Amino acid sequence: MTSVMVSRIRRQQIAQLIDDGKRLDGRGLKDYRSTQIESGIIGKAEGSARVRLGKTEVMVGVKIDIGEPFSDRPNEGVLTTNAEFVPLASPEFEAGPPGEESVELARVVDRGIRESKAVDLEKLCIIPGKKVFVVFIDVYVLNHDGNLIDASTLASIAALMNTKVFRYELKEEEIKKKPEFVKLPLKDIPISVTFASINGKLIVDPWLDEEEVMDARLTISFSNSGKICAMQKGGSGTLLPQQIIEAVNIAKEKAEELREIVVKS
Amino acid sequence: MTEKMVLINEEGIRTDGRKPSELRPIKLEVGILSNADGSAYIEQGKNKILAAVYGPREVHPRHMALPDKALLRCRYHMAPFSVEERKSPAPSRREMELSKVIREAFEPTIFLEKFPRTSIDLFIEVLQADGGTRCAGVTVASLALADAGIPMKDLIAACAAGKVGGKIVLDLNDIEDKEGEADVPVAYMPSFDAVSLLQMDGLLTGEEFQQALSLAIEGCRQIYILQKEALKAKYQAIKESVEVAEQE
Repeated sequence: MTSVMVSRIRRQQIAQLIDDGKRLDGRGLKDYRSTQIESGIIGKAEGSARVRLGKTEVMVGVKIDIGEPFSDRPNEGVLTTNAEFVPLASPEFEAGPPGEESVELARVVDRGIRESKAVDLEKLCIIPGKKVFVVFIDVYVLNHDGNLIDASTLASIAALMNTKVFRYELKEEEIKKKPEFVKLPLKDIPISVTFASINGKLIVDPWLDEEEVMDARLTISFSNSGKICAMQKGGSGTLLPQQIIEAVNIAKEKAEELREIVVKS
Repeated sequence: MTEKMVLINEEGIRTDGRKPSELRPIKLEVGILSNADGSAYIEQGKNKILAAVYGPREVHPRHMALPDKALLRCRYHMAPFSVEERKSPAPSRREMELSKVIREAFEPTIFLEKFPRTSIDLFIEVLQADGGTRCAGVTVASLALADAGIPMKDLIAACAAGKVGGKIVLDLNDIEDKEGEADVPVAYMPSFDAVSLLQMDGLLTGEEFQQALSLAIEGCRQIYILQKEALKAKYQAIKESVEVAEQE
């Protein structure tokens, strides 16, 4: 992803180790880094979570507001995902409008949640065609050490799981907030699994130096039912069709492991 | 949501009369803009897309220049009038993402290391959108790059497959893209059997995805043949015009 200088000798070392089925940080090719999830850490947000994936750290805050539905979906609430590469997270990040990388991150996280229909948007309609709940997912990268997509997807879904929506009273199309809350209606727990391809070998959960060396990146998201709900190839290399199929099979298993961690948190 | 429309009938025929594994009619033209170093035009179904290449040329702003290779920049953009409801001409987040994945689709094929300190700028303008514009955009951009004489390892052909009305189908049109169950856009380098762009949205089982991927690759192979014909046609036309001039 972001360009961090990795010396040529380190590149060689990373690639050679992977050829032998090993990794610089001692992990196996299909191992995730240690994953920690803390939920409900921002009281002002309707939902929140912080995920640590090794040294990668991502916080997600969910805010709920009232807005207008899209004209082609008058009976559904609105879901928007935004990702911020906060300058304190990496020497490579700069303040300013979102770049390609953060737009891609937000859109891939969004795709997993949207396509799995994780948030029951039909239950977020207040007055059809006029007033609906808007769910804002804000991904805040706090420390970038690789694989922001998986860390952000985990944090987003963990945050959605503890999101509460205020109850309201309708008086002649006037919405009055009540001091009571219900849980955000969720139907699925989408999980993304990201690979890096280095010298034709697939590794799971690349950290920053591996991302720097990788030829291509592949993210596959799975819904509860074990169906694929989103996919994204990144990086300036190519993947062979059989590599992609292999990745799908590995990812399905890995998604189950990660889902267990999220459900327990 | 209104009632589900019938996207594929009992005989397996789609809304536009195609069979499940049939491409839309494709028309390709090479070298159609006089200012660009390379250009091409595609019509695929109701899609109408222009691509132009400038470069290798001096990089502006200069600090973006790379010491060891050319800088490839890509802009995928939709004209405000290309869709039903006017689209703001400002680049949307979708366009930013697609520009990125299209650039990454071309980076593996271009010999960027042959042109250090230069930029190659690739512009894709969607004039009319009918579903599958990123793939048609890649197909036409590949021709524009070839027309600009940029050395490449292979042409890149792109095509989507997806699931519509419970069936795996090739080359989704606008309605199928919006109302269908899943969409898998793929860009492919046929000589290397290598996938350089892959995305997916919707819901597919592992087997369905595998079917969609092979169908998309099959579509790319067909498009690859059309691409080569279109490139040859440009030079055939030049050759013929020279022959006519000589006879006069």
